Amino acid sequence: MELNQLTIHELQEKIKAGETTSTEIVQAVFRRIDAVEKDVHAYILLTREMALEGAARADEEIKKGNIKTLTGIPIALKDLLCTKGVTTTCASHILHNYVPPYDATVVEKLRDAGAVFTGKTNMDEFAMGSSTETSYFGITKNPWDLERIPGGSSGGSAAAVVADECIAAIGSDTGGSIRQPAALCGVVGMKPTYGRVSRYGLVAFASSLDQIGPFTKDVEDCAIMMNILAGYDPRESTSVPADVPDYRQFLSRGIGGWKVGIPKEYFIEGIDAEVKDAIQQTIKVIEGMGAKCIEVSLPHTEYCLAVYYIIAPAEASSNLARYDGVKYGFRSLDGRDLMEMYKKSRSAGFGAEVKRRIMLGTYVLSSGYYDAYYKKASQVRALIKQDFDEAFKQCDVLLTPTTPTPAFKIGEKTDDPLQMYLSDIFTISTNLAGIPGMVVPCGFTRAGLPVGVQFLAGHFEEGKLIQIAAAYEKNANLGKRRPKL
Amino acid sequence: MEYDPVIGLEIHAQLLTDSKIFCGCSTKFGASPNTLTCQICLGMPGVLPVLNKKVVEYTIKMGLATHCRINAECSFARKNYFYPDLPKGYQISQYAYPLAEQGYVDLELEEGRKRIGITRIHMEEDAGKLMHDEHNPSSYIDLNRTGVPLIEIVSEPDIRSAEEASAYLRRLHEILVYLGICDGNMEEGSFRCDANVSIRPKGQEAFGTRAELKNMNSFRNVQRALEYEIKRQQYILEGGGEVVQETRLWDDTGGVTHSMRSKEEAHDYRYFPDPDLVAVAISREWVEEIHKGLPELPLEKRERFIRDYQIPAYDAGVLTTSRALADYYEEVVKLSGQPKVASNWIMGDILRFINEEKRDITACPVTPQALADMIRLIEEGTISGKIAKEVIEEMYKTGKPAKAIIEEKGLVQITDEGALAQVVTEVMAANPNQLAQYRGGKDKLFGFFVGQVMKATQGKANPQLINDLLKKMLAG
Repeated sequence: MELNQLTIHELQEKIKAGETTSTEIVQAVFRRIDAVEKDVHAYILLTREMALEGAARADEEIKKGNIKTLTGIPIALKDLLCTKGVTTTCASHILHNYVPPYDATVVEKLRDAGAVFTGKTNMDEFAMGSSTETSYFGITKNPWDLERIPGGSSGGSAAAVVADECIAAIGSDTGGSIRQPAALCGVVGMKPTYGRVSRYGLVAFASSLDQIGPFTKDVEDCAIMMNILAGYDPRESTSVPADVPDYRQFLSRGIGGWKVGIPKEYFIEGIDAEVKDAIQQTIKVIEGMGAKCIEVSLPHTEYCLAVYYIIAPAEASSNLARYDGVKYGFRSLDGRDLMEMYKKSRSAGFGAEVKRRIMLGTYVLSSGYYDAYYKKASQVRALIKQDFDEAFKQCDVLLTPTTPTPAFKIGEKTDDPLQMYLSDIFTISTNLAGIPGMVVPCGFTRAGLPVGVQFLAGHFEEGKLIQIAAAYEKNANLGKRRPKL
Repeated sequence: MEYDPVIGLEIHAQLLTDSKIFCGCSTKFGASPNTLTCQICLGMPGVLPVLNKKVVEYTIKMGLATHCRINAECSFARKNYFYPDLPKGYQISQYAYPLAEQGYVDLELEEGRKRIGITRIHMEEDAGKLMHDEHNPSSYIDLNRTGVPLIEIVSEPDIRSAEEASAYLRRLHEILVYLGICDGNMEEGSFRCDANVSIRPKGQEAFGTRAELKNMNSFRNVQRALEYEIKRQQYILEGGGEVVQETRLWDDTGGVTHSMRSKEEAHDYRYFPDPDLVAVAISREWVEEIHKGLPELPLEKRERFIRDYQIPAYDAGVLTTSRALADYYEEVVKLSGQPKVASNWIMGDILRFINEEKRDITACPVTPQALADMIRLIEEGTISGKIAKEVIEEMYKTGKPAKAIIEEKGLVQITDEGALAQVVTEVMAANPNQLAQYRGGKDKLFGFFVGQVMKATQGKANPQLINDLLKKMLAG
């Protein structure tokens, strides 16, 4: 096995035992990148020199016996996390040359834990999309089938992890942007509770929904990453000063006696038969481990998509107002006056999907429409949250499909935004309610495409998610498949 | 037809906090462009605001000082519009849930006391400044001011004339400065005012169509702009026309208002709750604590001065125009025990000196102790009030105590009755005609003799003694 194929905990063992060095690991990762990146295109920017320098420094520390949680481990960052001195584009023309003067809190935390960064991964422009097709820098392909999308918006991060172009990666999830690509690429992904991981330095899409989380090769690595990412940040007003447990303690607890809720509204018409089978199979495995699966109801599920497509664009229309060509990023030089400069810069700087959502958001916040749309959506959002509160009175966690279908073909849904939006139907409610969600691989279709199961828990119950995911991973016996690249 | 104006004012006051409202940058005025900025106030991608608690405290102070209800919870909203001095493309302000509501201030007008309602006071961030190059087609942006905390104080449409508007403005200015939460500097823009003005036929209940006036950066301009605008609207209505709802800019040089944008061109700010900031909960205990720490406000102080020091309302008004002046006065009273005399010296002499030099009372070379000492010297008869006028001017110029000046210049009052009687005898001998006339019943000449004695003693004679001696000796 190559070093780049190993997990964080496996590499830690090797480093501690003196069997390898950070430099060797980073070199292995970049050898892989050199071999497959032309096909996968997981990255917007590779920071090879910086990674090698970081590895050399890590090796110095390792020699001194100073080994931290991620010392020398190569991590990829979604390109909407601000990195001081390193271009951060959000996969948009309008920020194609933007170099942040500061590091995001999570970047600081990862660096403090000893991580080295391989580069910035591709994504849908401003995280608006479910396929990584709206990136200004080109499409990322699904490593399992290069004609298919990796999911989105954090498609680059998911693809990089499953293609072994990094050891773990960071993504962000506003309506499923970690969980959906994790499912479609067959990796582990976690969207933590809103307020659990600092958003400071995450370029905002929809501030009340955005949350940063990890992509990893297994559940143990997810626990390791969560130990580093989670925690209160005084730089963020919506960060919650709740205690952070050691997530590794949940890895071997089992789920005997647990009640696992199966929301009946999540098994709708139009869900792919193979996906459905994989989920049914998962339920059987869970029951075989001593847990009881019960049917629960989330009655407002049918409104989630509508509520989401009011609130998220409304916030986005305001969050993206700062990209006006005045201070940084792309500026059109054709404008004859200020208003024209604004219009031309924004027209040429944003892609079609981003413009669509800015217009949607501007519309729903407009005078005379606010009450009918934004206000109403906020009220329904409270009901959706209530649904989950009620459900968690009856069960420990929920189990649902992550996506209605496996990875679809490139270009298949680009002309039909509504079809594209529907691919997030099972993940959006989590963000609206602010609860944590986790996706673990649970099988493959006959065509060899991965399927992921989603577990949901109450606020700040990430430990429960890791507990059930770890137990399931151990018992599912899916074997170690790798995409053939 | 006669018309009544209806005026409401919106005041923006910059708060005197050390740091900005949502980041740690300094709020100092006049630094080199863009040196007091960070990624947060520059609106860089990914940054988040964290509220400065001092801003809430100062706003609560103003709310309490203007009898507002302090809401137990308030929240921030985004006001969305594009302008280069607004780096985020939205201003963080308060909309549906302001911090303070439903207050008032009382004005003392010639026709009596009048109460002006305050609709709301809310917190927000200031924008930056644009500078235009007159020789190049370029504009420059200074974002030092971006994120400086502001409070917006919105009045009810209770104001009925330009004079009332001016009185209201002065009253709020005075309160803000008294509280120590705003420096009140209109030229530097730390105290700004917009006005909504309409007119309606006398007796009519319904309001007329209003115009919003902007760009009035002094008390005088606010009054001038309102006077002009009232006349303009009157002229339109009298000519059978209609006032249009619009925003108008005051042109100081021309002394007129110009249309800036019509109602149709007005922004739709698309206010919505700012998802980056949580609601601010304000405990009763905190409000109580702030209430206890509030300084005495100008109106209360004025009333106390009239009551406790028995000075005229006019004096009390002048002496309470600033907290420092009132403190100065009270210190002199405490040390001299002479409230009215102290008021006379401060209003008559001290204020004249410092106003001539545009000095602050805190920088006055005559300390309260020095002034009180001088007052005591008059009381004890060491110097006359007339001489004291000379002495205080010298005290102000040199900073020396009264005693030293009196000794240096030999200004000690003559209180030796024998010596003064000698002078009186000499004066009487030198003016036989006047003496005869006086004795013949021309009482008015008494003053002439006083003057002559004063002249002979270079003003150093004790006036009371002269009076007594002259009365006795002139009578013969």
